[in-house]
Amino acid sequence: MKNKLRAGLTVLGVVIGIAAVTTMVSIGQSASALVQGQFAALGTNVIVVLPGSQQRGGVRQAGILTLTAADAEAIGSESRAILAVSPIVGAQGQVVFGNANWSPRDMQGVGADYLTVRNWKLQAGGFFAREEINAGAQVCVIGNTIVAKLFQTANPLNQVIRVKNIPFRVIGVLEKKGVNMVGDDQDNIVLMPFTTVRKRLQGSNFNNVNAIMVSAISPKVMDTASREIEQILYERHGIAPGEKPDFSVQDTTEIAATLGVITGTLTMMLATIAGISLLVGGVGIMNIMLVSVTERTREIGIRMAIGARGKDILRQFLVEAIILSSIGGFIGVVLGMAASAGATLLINSFSSGTDWPIIVSLPAAAVAMLFAAAVGIFFGYYPARRASQLDPIEALRYE
Amino acid sequence: MALIELRDVRRVYDLGEVEVHALRSVTLNIERGEYVALIGPSGSGKSTLMNTLGCLDRPTHGSYLLDGEEIVTMSRDQRAGIRNRQLGFVFQNFNLLNRTSAVENVELPLLYSQGISSRQRRQRATEQLQKVGLGDRLYHHSSQLSGGQQQRVAIARALVNCPAILMADEPTGNLDSKTSREVIGIFRELNETEGLTVIIVTHDPAVARNAKRTIVLRDGEVVADTHDFQRALEILNSEPVD
Repeated sequence: MKNKLRAGLTVLGVVIGIAAVTTMVSIGQSASALVQGQFAALGTNVIVVLPGSQQRGGVRQAGILTLTAADAEAIGSESRAILAVSPIVGAQGQVVFGNANWSPRDMQGVGADYLTVRNWKLQAGGFFAREEINAGAQVCVIGNTIVAKLFQTANPLNQVIRVKNIPFRVIGVLEKKGVNMVGDDQDNIVLMPFTTVRKRLQGSNFNNVNAIMVSAISPKVMDTASREIEQILYERHGIAPGEKPDFSVQDTTEIAATLGVITGTLTMMLATIAGISLLVGGVGIMNIMLVSVTERTREIGIRMAIGARGKDILRQFLVEAIILSSIGGFIGVVLGMAASAGATLLINSFSSGTDWPIIVSLPAAAVAMLFAAAVGIFFGYYPARRASQLDPIEALRYE
Repeated sequence: MALIELRDVRRVYDLGEVEVHALRSVTLNIERGEYVALIGPSGSGKSTLMNTLGCLDRPTHGSYLLDGEEIVTMSRDQRAGIRNRQLGFVFQNFNLLNRTSAVENVELPLLYSQGISSRQRRQRATEQLQKVGLGDRLYHHSSQLSGGQQQRVAIARALVNCPAILMADEPTGNLDSKTSREVIGIFRELNETEGLTVIIVTHDPAVARNAKRTIVLRDGEVVADTHDFQRALEILNSEPVD
């Protein structure tokens, strides 16, 4: 095709289509990555292992805690799909500081990796380490609500609060997390080493825990993680396959699955809109090729007179269409990648607080390229076929 | 065996309500190395006969043997192959591709033949252009060439694949008398020195006189086939007898 302007305009149609597909899919994917990241913060990758009833001689004994801190250790060291593990030991009571007192909604004895499990951060101070847990140190980390209720404006770090008349030194303050999905204030919490809670607050010498909280490496490996946890516990508890387990594994895959559907739908919708523009680009190619065939009828006649067969003409026009759309596709992909990176940066700079990851979807780019060539073949075939079926005498006579 | 053998060739155009008999019944032989002019008034069927001989059109009746091969029963693609290998065309309006250099135009027929490398194509096209005196115009586009030069490019293109027959349809129709004589001179030379079979359709007596044999058509029939040009002219100019 030697008419540069026309070829350029034709290519432009495909460029816009392909760029739109690449950009939309890339933005859709970064949006879903962002949403997934936020849901991960809410704990979609958390698995909770709860103790179940124990069967002894046909009698089901309820309330016996079948899980131990050793189980938690084993899960943490044996499964590779797991990011962190923390035993949970429940406690209740009032906390007192000076003449202020307060009943926290949650008072939990936890392990050193609890913050990792919950994807939580500290606002100030530190967290208790393994040594403090082993020693049963009388330290605690408190949530934002507790700070407000007990200390008002005073600095809570290194102050000593009392629970059931037992002193605990405040070594850290948790970052504000707000309410959870059912409206409970998550900052109304006091965390202590689980060993301390068991010995001091419960007065128990057993190694039992109320629950084991596990976080998977990503929401995608939730199933693997759950399965591995079950295997480890079956083995440790000596339960034969098929027998009723003395624990239960609960996860939040349902939420994760719903989330996947939502973001997937979003991406599909964007891709569909972009696909329509690609279709329009394709029709543009067909239009231009049809005009081109009509305009070049005489050329086709000349080529036929000197020996071009129908398939030679067909090939010539088809190759032209494919080359045009592939060039368009290539430019479109490059443009789309740049546009999606640019759009992501723009979103990040305008809406503070969000941090959209820049994702350039390579599969989308590859599919878009292939699709561009397919558009060339599909929309180029009809005009090319019409050209190949022209009668040489009439084509030669065409003015 | 003659190079071209037409037996009772008829061409009827079916225009719905009326049938037009462009060729009524043509039977003729053309031997290898002949130089033939087809003349006749407009509507006499000479263009149809030319298209038929050139394998661009298929007769509705009869038999056409070209170099012993039956053309009538061939498929479109087979006839395209025959046009490519056996025939070279020169048209009234040159029919060169626009925005394409002279040498690329001449290469075209080789493009549609199997097994010729691009270097061979370029070499043969260049040689052919040198032969017609355009060795210094290889990369000029057709719009940069004069009518006579364009027609010489067209002749080079017609000859590049070494055809058996050169077919020219009013080759001097768009040329002035001086360049017409040059082009006719090239045809004559090709016929005499290389033994190329040349068939020219023309209404210009000066061009037709140059040929060695004249076939006169009227109303789709051959009314004269002679080596005496004066006699052909007399028949052409005489009123048809009803």
